[in-house]
Amino acid sequence: MASQTLQSVPAEPSPVRHEQSPEDAARLDAEGQAYFDKVMAEDSRIEPRDWMPPAYRKTLLRQISQHAHSEIIGMQPEANWISRAPSLKRKAILMAKVQDEAGHGLYLYSAAETLGQPRDQMMQDLMDGKAKYSSIFNYPARTWADMGAIGWMVDGAAIANQVPLCRASFGPYGRAMVRVCKEESFHQRQGFEILLELSHGTPEQKQMAQDAVNRWYAPALMMFGPPDDDSPNSKQSMAWNIKRFSNDELRNRFVGMMMEQVKVLELTLPDKDIRFNEETKKWEHGPLDWDEFHEVLKGRGPCNAQRLERRREAHQNGAWVREAAAAYADKQRRKQAEKVSAA
Amino acid sequence: MTTEPQAGNVWPIWEVFVRSSRGLSHVHAGSLHAPDAAMALRNARDLYTRRNEGVSIWVVPAEAIASSDPDAKGSFFESPQGKDYRHATYYTKSEGVKHL
Amino acid sequence: MSTTPETAAETGGHGDISVGVQGASGSGEATASATRITPGNALRPEDIALAVSRGTAKPSEDVAEFALRLGDDALVLAQRLGHWISRAPELEEDIALGNIALDQLGHARSFLSYAGGALGEDGTARSEDDLAYFRSEPEFRSVEIFELPNGDFAVTIARQFVVSYYQFELYSRLTQSTDATLAGIAAKAVKEVDYHRDHSAQWVLRLAQGTDESREKMIHGFKVIWPYVDELFRDDELTARLSEAGAAVEPSSLRANFDRLTGEVLAEAELEVPNVQPTPGGGRKGLHSEHLGYLLAEMQVLAREYPGASW
Repeated sequence: MASQTLQSVPAEPSPVRHEQSPEDAARLDAEGQAYFDKVMAEDSRIEPRDWMPPAYRKTLLRQISQHAHSEIIGMQPEANWISRAPSLKRKAILMAKVQDEAGHGLYLYSAAETLGQPRDQMMQDLMDGKAKYSSIFNYPARTWADMGAIGWMVDGAAIANQVPLCRASFGPYGRAMVRVCKEESFHQRQGFEILLELSHGTPEQKQMAQDAVNRWYAPALMMFGPPDDDSPNSKQSMAWNIKRFSNDELRNRFVGMMMEQVKVLELTLPDKDIRFNEETKKWEHGPLDWDEFHEVLKGRGPCNAQRLERRREAHQNGAWVREAAAAYADKQRRKQAEKVSAA
Repeated sequence: MTTEPQAGNVWPIWEVFVRSSRGLSHVHAGSLHAPDAAMALRNARDLYTRRNEGVSIWVVPAEAIASSDPDAKGSFFESPQGKDYRHATYYTKSEGVKHL
Repeated sequence: MSTTPETAAETGGHGDISVGVQGASGSGEATASATRITPGNALRPEDIALAVSRGTAKPSEDVAEFALRLGDDALVLAQRLGHWISRAPELEEDIALGNIALDQLGHARSFLSYAGGALGEDGTARSEDDLAYFRSEPEFRSVEIFELPNGDFAVTIARQFVVSYYQFELYSRLTQSTDATLAGIAAKAVKEVDYHRDHSAQWVLRLAQGTDESREKMIHGFKVIWPYVDELFRDDELTARLSEAGAAVEPSSLRANFDRLTGEVLAEAELEVPNVQPTPGGGRKGLHSEHLGYLLAEMQVLAREYPGASW
């Protein structure tokens, strides 16, 4: 962690550096690669201005920006219930949670920006439908119990994914994840408690909770990504110390945790095939409908269009505000400069 | 320390430093976008101290920070290595003498 | 701006920017952490509800009615502001407005929890949720300015500007209330609305002096909001009695400071108080704007679908 840079966007190359000949460039690349390989071997961290293989940069940029987009789009299904939360305490919790998601999106966009991609460009890609985000947010939040199921299962799956990412080899990503994980510790618990309250409530409430668990179970499991044998990028990400565990490993571990927790809820998981494999000592789940996953990923889910439109609308409605603040700052700077030159 | 005017409606990046309690240094907490310093401070307060993380905040335009060249690791940071005499542990003969 | 490093020594190296973890091995010790989080120590709505249920805090009928007014104002505003989260002009502003909404919701819960201590025809205390979810529109005591739709960002900011300067004056004075609970709630709330004042004032300046378009929208925002300003400062029999008893103040007595302080910001923004006629209002008596019914319908729908349920 020496020479750590603070700068979010890589600065121009130092002016004292002379024109590089192709041989110099090749030598620097070779040195950079050697240093990068050493960092990977030592399980140390890469910082924004370090040399990195172009594919590493590209992979990170894709992953971190998708992660950020997921936080931002993920605000919507829950924001949908802020106005109708059935108690003031729940309203406060939900508001704080959705607000946290904006914050987490921000931390992640910041981490991605250290790789040289401006946030407004990432936002534009999202709005243009060029960027992906977690498919699960394209499902509708139909009832209040969905606030519970999203917290317990969706945030639960997210946390299972994110905890190992705190050790991602790219410094800014790992640091963002540390903050996110700390803050999210309440997200899963509040969801669990919503379900707990419902399952111990009236029969209708319990049914509402079970129905929500049934609907969110499979999409939550699919959040870990395609099965290992169908996940071509996983291996490389693991070699780069970005990913620490495979999709299936994380998914199976998560299923095991849910199996215990669902008992406390006195609800059931909609999967008759869940079993603990004595040989591998791992939990296994029933088949998932990966065709549906790919359909939603391609934009044919129940809420894809709605989610993107809502984001576009907010962004467009806010354009004049952002312009106003930028123009004001510009005017103030000019005034300041005039004052200085007059003095 | 001026931040260049932004084209259109894109706000510049600010680095945020938070002092978590009195007596401690400000520590880099992250970054954010803001049109100017006044708003950057407020945005930092809203974003980085929602859970009592701080008692003081600095914001600095990201582009105002100069940073050492990552390619100059050797010339910048290796010189102190081998200069053991800068450390108390180098002086072994006085080991065991009280209050030294 | 207080961003100057106090000591040169401290800036000797931006050495430790580890946000509490060295690499990822996660030492996370408090000394270097910018992520150390704590719940803090402040008067919470739950504390008030507990004091009410134990009988250690019991409002007079007048104080309860007054708390209901302030609680309803804050609740309706929180409901309005909550809508901005995920729709703000920039992500940073999603968070800022979220904080303000949460502050207002906190004030609402405290005031309502306290008000509930005196109400209830069967003699039992009513909870914040009883009051928020199971009163009908004429039983609400909010005034119209809080009920107005959000409009665009300028309208929302215009309202924030007016109500935060009003609430600041009100809560400042209530910290001296002879009613200890009201004083306690106000003491917590006044610091928060002080920040709301600053937030809205910053935006008034930027929108008024940003672009031609934003200036036009800011002027329009104030035109939309200003007819409802007077109602905030109207005295009535209740405030007269409470003021006499030292438990509260006459709203009219807050006006001079409000006019002076908002006037300073408006002058800096080169804006004028819009020349509009005040509305008669009536929310304190349960006569509400046409907007409140929709707001309540949405807010209360789920709770009313399952009366008696626990969430």
